[in-house]
Amino acid sequence: MNTSDSEEDSYNERSALVQSESPTIPSYNQDHDMSLPQETDTKRRRPVSSVLDEPGPVEQERASTPDGEEEELTLKYGAKHVIMLFIPVTLCMVVVVATIKSVSFYTEKSSQRLIYTPFEEDPNSVGQRLLNSFLNTIVMISVIVVMTIILVVLYKYRCYKFIHGWLILSSLMLLFWFSFMYLGEVFKTYNVAMDYPTLVMIVWNFGVVGMICIHWKGPLRLQQAYLIVISALMALIFIKYLPEWSAWVILGAISVYDLIAVLCPKGPLRMLVETAQERNEPIFPALIYSSAMVWMVGMADSSNPDSADERQRNEGGARAQEGVESEDDVAQGGRRQYSAEEDLEEDRGVKLGLGDFIFYSVLVGKAAATGGDWNTTLACFVAILIGLCLTLLLLAIFKKALPALPISITFGLVFYFSTDNLVRPFMDSLAAHQYYI
Amino acid sequence: MTVAVFFGCTFIAFGPAVALFLFTIAKDPLRVIFLIAGAFFWLVSLLLSSLVWFITVQISNKNSASQQRGLLIFGVVLSVMLQETFRYGYYRLLKKANEGLLALSQEDTMPISMRQLAYVSGLGFGFMSGAFSVVNILSDSLGPGTVGIHGDSQHYFISSAFMTLAIILLHMFWGVVFFESCERQRWWALGAVVISHLVVSCLTFVNPHYQGSLIPTYIILSVMAAWAYLCAGGSLRNLKLCLTCKDKDFLLANHRPR
Repeated sequence: MNTSDSEEDSYNERSALVQSESPTIPSYNQDHDMSLPQETDTKRRRPVSSVLDEPGPVEQERASTPDGEEEELTLKYGAKHVIMLFIPVTLCMVVVVATIKSVSFYTEKSSQRLIYTPFEEDPNSVGQRLLNSFLNTIVMISVIVVMTIILVVLYKYRCYKFIHGWLILSSLMLLFWFSFMYLGEVFKTYNVAMDYPTLVMIVWNFGVVGMICIHWKGPLRLQQAYLIVISALMALIFIKYLPEWSAWVILGAISVYDLIAVLCPKGPLRMLVETAQERNEPIFPALIYSSAMVWMVGMADSSNPDSADERQRNEGGARAQEGVESEDDVAQGGRRQYSAEEDLEEDRGVKLGLGDFIFYSVLVGKAAATGGDWNTTLACFVAILIGLCLTLLLLAIFKKALPALPISITFGLVFYFSTDNLVRPFMDSLAAHQYYI
Repeated sequence: MTVAVFFGCTFIAFGPAVALFLFTIAKDPLRVIFLIAGAFFWLVSLLLSSLVWFITVQISNKNSASQQRGLLIFGVVLSVMLQETFRYGYYRLLKKANEGLLALSQEDTMPISMRQLAYVSGLGFGFMSGAFSVVNILSDSLGPGTVGIHGDSQHYFISSAFMTLAIILLHMFWGVVFFESCERQRWWALGAVVISHLVVSCLTFVNPHYQGSLIPTYIILSVMAAWAYLCAGGSLRNLKLCLTCKDKDFLLANHRPR
């Protein structure tokens, strides 16, 4: 069964680091233009993260920056935002690593592959395997690019209903189907006896509350928790269904694509952001994790940036399955209205695309899955956090949307391969003799 | 083996360090960031030393056990030197960053002092060093097995846990003394830190005779603790005031009438 690539698109959109409206902090918009994730029957859904979300808030941010807010970034304020992103990223990685280490389902290799990686990796021939992984990467990245362009086009021509519907469909599949699968595997691992009525009730409640939190209103923490859970689920699906070598090459290629899409003047994500800014509306709120809620004076409801992210994420995943690429994100876009006109003194927090969460967790999860070495996992974890810190520093300096993937993924990959091949034998020898350094 | 050993050893190895983190570092985001950056620097130093060791092993005779052991000893010494070098590098980086931040912010004082940075970076080094030394051992202790079935020591896990605890705390004290000596340009103190690190690592070569490695290590730990306390501005008088709850500055800061 093949899953569609729409997830990848959503991924792109999601992997944007955007700064929420905070006049003093530049926005990190990282938009990965990812099409909404498509739910695939086969369980592979790739949440497409769209970075587009941020244009609305971003521009609102700009709009609200006016008077009197200093542009200066105080160190403590910036540090607080870094920690506000460290915690959810860490939580997502912890969930993924804990699942990988305990539930064997996600590390078992199945014969199923996603349609995005059609070439099978033959473990016997190194050259063939390398070639196939590159070909898989090319297929996947081109799917992502196509989806992103379709998303931009749809957004330009204001097909909001289509995008909206797609987003809802995606999140439905992610919240119900994938979590049902996950629960099933956890029960199998721990040999827990469960009856269907109880299970239906649990999954139903979980899914409905998730849909409400993400697409409508809900407590901030609950929204954030759902976003983290959704990201973890998607990352687990990727870890299971991407072939070994292809996964590493795809991680590298996605960071390059992210860099290009967000920074180049003609990049799809950048165009999306600019279009949204022209129209003065937020893009795809469902695909972005926001660390703070903005309460607008005079507004009846609070903005739910997280829900938008979720939605977008789900959208991408859903699409992947059907092979239909829909930009759920757009639908989500409307939801995130945190009209920044009323400028509040609230701390706006910072936004990070869900695709970023997913790819960070994929990297750490794969480090945990291959080999039983915890040192590698720890090293990748620290590397990713430092990369995120550096990206946020750059955001503070440049004050515009930045891709969140390149630095972290580069550090993560470098540390994974070097720790696995160089540090592991060294530490193993030291531990065998009980020498301490 | 089993869960009891796992939890016991985990808490022995990481208990004080995690307590320090929770009570003094977790609330301040800036300190957390510098802690993680310190951990990253230690990781890079380990990477470099592993690279050199790996290359020497590849070009050596893999069958000779004594040569491999010699190379491992060389690897340990090299790693210690690289760790201290990276600690110095981190100090220089922090110094530059502090000056830059001071210029950038409108405030007159730095948001974080050099002494706090010394403590935090030392603890970061310690966390990473301890984690890399002991996490694999801890995860093995969860599973089935018999310790020392081939004639090795039966106290492998508990001695590893205590050694890790000592190393983490030592890194923290070394950090404080190191930064202080760099600030005051006292190079002999710097040398003393490096030498004590080398001594502690070389003492582990006598493992599994734990009395030869653990006891001197803990003696060095207490000496370094006292030295770091003095470097951080402590004195006997301060200690007495603190313990008898008569420290006026502290009480005023916490609004407790005395």
